[in-house]
Amino acid sequence: MLNWLGFERRVAVRFLREGRMQTVLIIVGVAAGVAVVAYISALITGLQRNTLEKTLGAQAHVTVSALDDVVLPARPPVAGSTALVQTQPRVQRPRSIANWQSLVPVLEAMPAVAAVSPMVSGAGLAQRGEASKSIALMGVDLDRYDRIVRLRSKVVQGEARLGPGEGIIGRELAEDLGVRVGDRISLVTGTITDSLRVTALVDLGVRELNRRTVIVPLRAAQSLVGLPGGATGLDLALVDVWVAQRLASDLSQRFPYKIESWQEANSQLVSALNAQSVSTALIRGVVMVVVVLGIASVLVVSVVQKQREIGILRAIGATRGQMLRVFLLQGAIVGALGSTLGVLLAVGLIKAFTTFVRGSDGLPLFAITLAPSLALTVAGIATVCGVLAAVAPARRAAALDPAQAIRM
Amino acid sequence: MTANASPLIELAGVHKSYNLGMPNEAEVLHGVSFAIGRGEFVALIGPSGSGKSTLLNVVGLLERLTAGSYRIQGEETSGLDDAGLTLRRRAVLGFVFQFHHLLPAFSALENVTLPALMREGRVTSAQHERARAMLAAVGLENDMNKRPGELSGGMQQRVAIARALVLEPPLVLADEPTGNLDRASSDEVFVLMRRMHAELHTSFLVVTHDPRLAARCDRVIELVDGSIESDRSASAARA
Ligand SMILES: Nc1ncnc2c1ncn2[C@@H]1O[C@H](COP(=O)(O)OP(=O)(O)OP(=O)(O)O)[C@@H](O)[C@H]1O
Ligand SMILES: [Mg+2]
Repeated sequence: MLNWLGFERRVAVRFLREGRMQTVLIIVGVAAGVAVVAYISALITGLQRNTLEKTLGAQAHVTVSALDDVVLPARPPVAGSTALVQTQPRVQRPRSIANWQSLVPVLEAMPAVAAVSPMVSGAGLAQRGEASKSIALMGVDLDRYDRIVRLRSKVVQGEARLGPGEGIIGRELAEDLGVRVGDRISLVTGTITDSLRVTALVDLGVRELNRRTVIVPLRAAQSLVGLPGGATGLDLALVDVWVAQRLASDLSQRFPYKIESWQEANSQLVSALNAQSVSTALIRGVVMVVVVLGIASVLVVSVVQKQREIGILRAIGATRGQMLRVFLLQGAIVGALGSTLGVLLAVGLIKAFTTFVRGSDGLPLFAITLAPSLALTVAGIATVCGVLAAVAPARRAAALDPAQAIRM
Repeated sequence: MTANASPLIELAGVHKSYNLGMPNEAEVLHGVSFAIGRGEFVALIGPSGSGKSTLLNVVGLLERLTAGSYRIQGEETSGLDDAGLTLRRRAVLGFVFQFHHLLPAFSALENVTLPALMREGRVTSAQHERARAMLAAVGLENDMNKRPGELSGGMQQRVAIARALVLEPPLVLADEPTGNLDRASSDEVFVLMRRMHAELHTSFLVVTHDPRLAARCDRVIELVDGSIESDRSASAARA
């Protein structure tokens, strides 16, 4: 409909144009608010996505392991009496998950689960010549494990292969031992010694891991750790990382295993991310309130300034509803123009961030982009805020007594 | 005149008080009764503070009466809500005020097309033509696109008359339309109103302090202290 709100639009635009400086200032104010909100949202989203990718890229979303050994009381307590018992926690030795071979297909059949990878882990020493380093030994099936942590993409030298007698080690460990791809090292665990040829060096993203990690075929680890046919853990990758917690508690109820989600394994990180989200929401809320108050105060002043005009319009036939809409529309226009400007400003800020803020390697710290959906949402909210801010002034304008206004 | 039995407007025993129920309550109109028929040109005179503007605002449906009856084309208005009053105002009335209440942000032409715009949300080309013709009729064909601030007082008042008449309402209310003008402009504006009256058969109710102008109206109602002192046709007055 071409003439929809035709009168209101014309008058609203004219009133805003007449208020030059006032209008420009408030539009700039809205733009600044929208830019801050859009920029912060994009920054925090980028930062969090980056942190999560780094964290989840190097570990399983859910891990399954055997329950810890617990000390059971030797005597059942006698009814009606209290026994004061002192117990020493038991030494935790490597234990295999009972029946893991039949558990794997059950887990794989679950729609939420993307991949399952059995592993055997243990501690040991890596030796070459005089050098001897303590290591974390991991026995895996390369193809399965690759689906959990994308190991192949982390290879910095050589080609990932885990045939019998072959192994993959961390970059820093290789430096410490003075090994290159193709060299052999010996592994010692307890009384067993084995030797392997290094097929690839990996960078797992954390220096400490790179200094300790040795990845070998499942079978080799089983014999080194002394768990023939066993698996100390199952690593799960999920389709949606956010169901990890729910899935973990579901599984713990169904199976007698220790099941941990990545959130539980990284509780500090999770609470840091939550704190970030809360702060962002707080900043957004405060900016929104400031924007609403800014628009409202400018429109309140405008209604007072325009009392006479409002009175004339009412006298020559404008309805209360029309006057109401004239001012609501002004709020909407200010909100819409301000947020368009603000989104452009945010795009500029993000460009500046990615151009000037770089890591030590000269690459941008992390990708931050203003998603069109985010820009639209922020702009939409700002426009709605503009209308909301205009409600009180608009009602004042509508309630104005035309006779009073005209006598002035 | 039309065959319609009821007059255009009819006031009977109209009282108007301000600040009702408060200590400073004051009754400004004490039972005013009169009627205006189609095509009449009526002057409303009286000393300052006698209630002329108040009466005009009551007739213009900008203020509610406190007691009494006010009928427009036979229809009682005292029970109408704000929307109903606005609707009657649109249908029946045009306004010309003393301080040429034009909208400063709109050009002369835009001011004259405002009534059409607020009724239909747009201005048709026919309505544009009509507005141009009105402005030409009041002698402003060369100043249509000027803002009120760029026009003299007399010119602004002529724009206001064009705006009041553009939709040809049955009744135009004018509160001291020449009160702010010099003698030459004031004569010009008055002559213009008489001409429009002759051409469009619009009824006029004009508040004026100027006895010269009052004498050139068909009928003169004199208000003193909130009551009608006299109501006579100009021919009777001259006789
Ligand atoms: N809103 C109001 N509240 C209270 N009293 C009012 C109000 N409007 C007008 N009055 C009073 O009503 C009386 C009549 O005022 P009104 O403006 O109708 O007189 P007037 O005849 O038009 O005078 P003038 O010739 O000076 O324009 C005055 O005493 C005025 O003080
Ligand atoms: Mg007056």
